[in-house]
Amino acid sequence: MGESTGASVRSHCIGTTAVVYASDYLNKLTGEKIERECRKQLDCGCRALVIDFSDTELVNSIGISILLGIIDIAERNGARVIFSDLNTQTIELFQVLGLTRHVILARDEQEALTALTSFTMQSSTVGH
Amino acid sequence: MQPSAQKLIHTFAALADLGQEIANPGDFKDMVRTSLHLLLGTLAIRRGAVTEFVDSQEHLECIAVWGIGKECGFSLAVGSPEREAFVEGHSLDLGAEQQNGLFAGFIGRHGAELRREAIELVSPMVVRGKLVGLVLLGAKASGEPFTSADLEVVGAMVRHIGVGINGNRLLAQVEQRAEENRRLYEDLRGIYRDTVRAFAAAIDIKDKYTQGHSERVGKYSEIIARELGWDDEQAEGMAIAGYLHDIGKLVVERDIINAPYKIDAKASTELNRHPTAGYEILAPIRHPYADIPLMARYHHERLDGTGYPDGLSGDQIPLGAKIVALADSFDAMTTDRPYKRRCSFCDVVDDFRRNTGTQFDPQVVTALCRALLKEITGETRERRFLKMLGKDYLKAEEAIPMLQQLVTELDTQRQSVAAGGGPG
Repeated sequence: MGESTGASVRSHCIGTTAVVYASDYLNKLTGEKIERECRKQLDCGCRALVIDFSDTELVNSIGISILLGIIDIAERNGARVIFSDLNTQTIELFQVLGLTRHVILARDEQEALTALTSFTMQSSTVGH
Repeated sequence: MQPSAQKLIHTFAALADLGQEIANPGDFKDMVRTSLHLLLGTLAIRRGAVTEFVDSQEHLECIAVWGIGKECGFSLAVGSPEREAFVEGHSLDLGAEQQNGLFAGFIGRHGAELRREAIELVSPMVVRGKLVGLVLLGAKASGEPFTSADLEVVGAMVRHIGVGINGNRLLAQVEQRAEENRRLYEDLRGIYRDTVRAFAAAIDIKDKYTQGHSERVGKYSEIIARELGWDDEQAEGMAIAGYLHDIGKLVVERDIINAPYKIDAKASTELNRHPTAGYEILAPIRHPYADIPLMARYHHERLDGTGYPDGLSGDQIPLGAKIVALADSFDAMTTDRPYKRRCSFCDVVDDFRRNTGTQFDPQVVTALCRALLKEITGETRERRFLKMLGKDYLKAEEAIPMLQQLVTELDTQRQSVAAGGGPG
């Protein structure tokens, strides 16, 4: 399991899953750093992204736009995206804006990783 | 919280952020990119682009994209009919067939490409009745169609972005004009300086014994001004004043100027007309530097009031004229004349000592001495004095103590005057 804090964004990998930690206020500056980190992880072969919002108090419009961009890139790379540890306001905002149609929300990182494992198993089953 | 309230707060916050972004733009492209993010994030639109008219009112170029596969790949053309529709504020909904008659030409040219990139809405940026560009928007993440409220929000935000782009364009035009004016002004100043130097050469050619005098006086004056702490503009002005100080000699008989002997009183009166004549020549000209004509007029005035043409004394004489007066005398003493060889450096220093306070201003003499000391001691790399004086004119080991002694004396006198003791 490797850990990196490149460009001030904390992240670590578990197999082909990257867990990226969002900061307290997801705006342009921090959003772009997260986007770069996600791109980097996908380029390195990750097939699932868990974005952990445990430190995030607020997501503004720029943050929403950047998160949609990350979802897009992940879809193009055939990767899954799970958002974990969101506060109530952020969950409501994502629901109102329709982001929840494209990502799964998990209570915490562990639940996100478990969900990904079950997806992988289902995919393997379907694949065989 | 009610979903509608949540959405409203999110929209208000985005509008506030957008207003701030437009009002305080830093880097233009960054401003547009941020504005696009704000617009997309407000309604959770998955992709979009901002395009701007470049060079003409026909072709649009992408200046920001998000979520679109190709980087700024759109190159759109807007014809006359659709431009009118856009200027009237109509957006183009690529899914609404009934509206598309207004934009038939545009859709014919670009519809397929826009649909391929999943663009659903084209919203015009109109500022003061002029189409600035178009904003292209994809579908909402919710998958729902744009509501009329959404379109109101899009319209408001797109107008903001248009104002930002238009403001940047106007600013660029103003900056370009300011730069052109600055260049023109620099050219004019260059022409002025060249003309002045040509005049200086013409003045000096008339006096066959003092060739290069005006140019040297200009350079000495500039050095003294800089030593006194004057800024570049003022120091350049002093150089010009030095170049032109003797321009009045152009109206004095050549025989009087070139007399190889001490001239009589009548000729002397004629020669002494040159400061006033110089003033009259220079006064009608709009110089880019202050007081050039006055410096020509007063460069033979003396601190004790015995100079000419106006017999001014002390503070009545502008400091610039005092600088030119010292530079003029310094060059006269350090260059060969028809009736006498140049003075030794020791004699020059003695002359300064004798005449400071009566003919020369102490602070100006001190400035010249300090500037010269800096060159001789190597404190400055410049060798402007030494080049003009010639390498054999002074010996450092002799000149340095003489200059230091004079500077000390002048400082002591100044302190004594400041303390109310009067000159020593």
